[in-house]
Amino acid sequence: MAVVAAVPRVEAQAAPRNLGDQVLRLVLRAAALTLVLLVLAMVVSMVRASWPAMRAFGWRFLATSTWDPVAEQFGAIPFVYGTLLSSLLALLIAVPLGIGAAIYLAELAPAWIRPPIAFLVELVAAVPSVIYGLWGIFVLAPLLRVWVQPALGKTLGFLPLFQGPPYGVGMLAAGIILAIMVVPYITAVSREVLLAVPTSQREAALALGATRWETTRIAVLRYGRSGLVGAILLGLGRALGETMAVTMVIGNRPEVAVSLFAPGYTMASVVANEFAEATSDLYLAALIEIGLLLFVVTVIVNALARLLVWSVGGPVKAVRE
Amino acid sequence: MADGIVVRDLNAWFGNAHVLHGIGVTIAPKAVTAVIGPSGCGKSTFIRCLNRMHEVVPGARVTGSVRVEGLDVYAPGIDPVQVRRKIGMVFQKPNPFPTMSVFDNVVAGLRLGGVRERSVIDEAAERALRQAALWDEVKDQLGKSGVSLSGGQQQRVCIARALAVEPEVLLMDEPCSALDPIATAKIEELILELRSTLTIVIVTHNMQQAARVSESTGFFLLGELVEFDVTRQLFTNPRDKRTEDYITGRFG
Repeated sequence: MAVVAAVPRVEAQAAPRNLGDQVLRLVLRAAALTLVLLVLAMVVSMVRASWPAMRAFGWRFLATSTWDPVAEQFGAIPFVYGTLLSSLLALLIAVPLGIGAAIYLAELAPAWIRPPIAFLVELVAAVPSVIYGLWGIFVLAPLLRVWVQPALGKTLGFLPLFQGPPYGVGMLAAGIILAIMVVPYITAVSREVLLAVPTSQREAALALGATRWETTRIAVLRYGRSGLVGAILLGLGRALGETMAVTMVIGNRPEVAVSLFAPGYTMASVVANEFAEATSDLYLAALIEIGLLLFVVTVIVNALARLLVWSVGGPVKAVRE
Repeated sequence: MADGIVVRDLNAWFGNAHVLHGIGVTIAPKAVTAVIGPSGCGKSTFIRCLNRMHEVVPGARVTGSVRVEGLDVYAPGIDPVQVRRKIGMVFQKPNPFPTMSVFDNVVAGLRLGGVRERSVIDEAAERALRQAALWDEVKDQLGKSGVSLSGGQQQRVCIARALAVEPEVLLMDEPCSALDPIATAKIEELILELRSTLTIVIVTHNMQQAARVSESTGFFLLGELVEFDVTRQLFTNPRDKRTEDYITGRFG
């Protein structure tokens, strides 16, 4: 008897008869679907709007580096290059700085100093990007032009990376500005990751006779490494899409230059900069195709990042805490 | 000669809370000593003072003297890192490093000590795992993650990890409280096998366990060492009324 009675109850869980449950389920399903539809709608409308450029240039759009609105010749390479290089540069600077600061804040800093610094870091993350851009133009670029670039040119000038006239604005300035903007994110998230490492892990290392640094290395950083990769990716995501501050300091010249001193351009900046002056349909379509490309690049980078997090693997299964 | 552990006038604090009051005790070498008492009586703090783990908690403080096998643990100029390399410790919850394999877990202490020679490391790993009665169970899965094992196996990995550096003293802080009875029995068996080779101090809230594995037992209450005696004596004929109340289950 009891078994027979139990069967409909199980069914009831699978498909609720209760009206309230049904309504709730429909509403929530609609909410989830809306998100999916929004993404699809964005892609579809971008593809439609960029169709003239796709028809005119085909795959050449991705393989040429001419950007000539007058002759209506458009190629995306300088922008893809600029976006990837400036973001890479930003990460090179921001990752050691951000993770280093996070280690200090989570492991080493005296207790009283941690909350104010952590608060400050989160505050810095909230500064609007146009402020960074202004600071970049009026402080960073002159600093680079007068001091840093001549010094780099003198000492490391044999590398193609550090050749050419010091303009101040350019790829180096963009990378540094992006690094400054991304550091607070990496620091804040990494700090949370490190704080989440159980005390029992630190004690395991300490009891084995590990020093402070060894404990951090074998117990804390290794335990949190997938979270740290996540923190870096969050920073990368922000760097790839950042528009305003980069536009203000990168120099906005659609060229592929090896030197970090040379001006460059990114996908986000060219869309923001030239959208209003795109007079012909083909020009506009090319810009929208750049936007679509930025979308695709971001998706690819995030997918790769996900794969990286999986392959790095976190704590397989957290020790029974 | 082996001196065991000599503790004199040991006091410990967490911030302003005075959690150990003037503890004095001599712990015999190459024997098992149990530390019992109700929760919060300071028994864990006591053994954490023996290898200077107490002070890793912010605001924690210690006074008094501890000599472990002749080493003055709290002498000025003594590096706690050196103390902890001589004294192994096993914790309440198994805490293998989850990102390391079983093998790497066991030899983590050796590698910290700068041992690089493959043959030495391999030998030490096998010896420690045999000592921890785990070799036969894991010898074919040394490359697997330390947390893929069962809870009892994880705890024995932690014991092997502590033993691999050949410490003179092994401190165990309620090593069975997160384990089932079968795993607990294995650990107890292991303790009995190890006692001829090193000095073991085990904190336990399980009085039967203390009676089963130890030669001497200390009873802590409210931060004081109420009574310290041969285990059988303490359980059958306690001198202090409070000990008697505790072991007969009148409180705690």
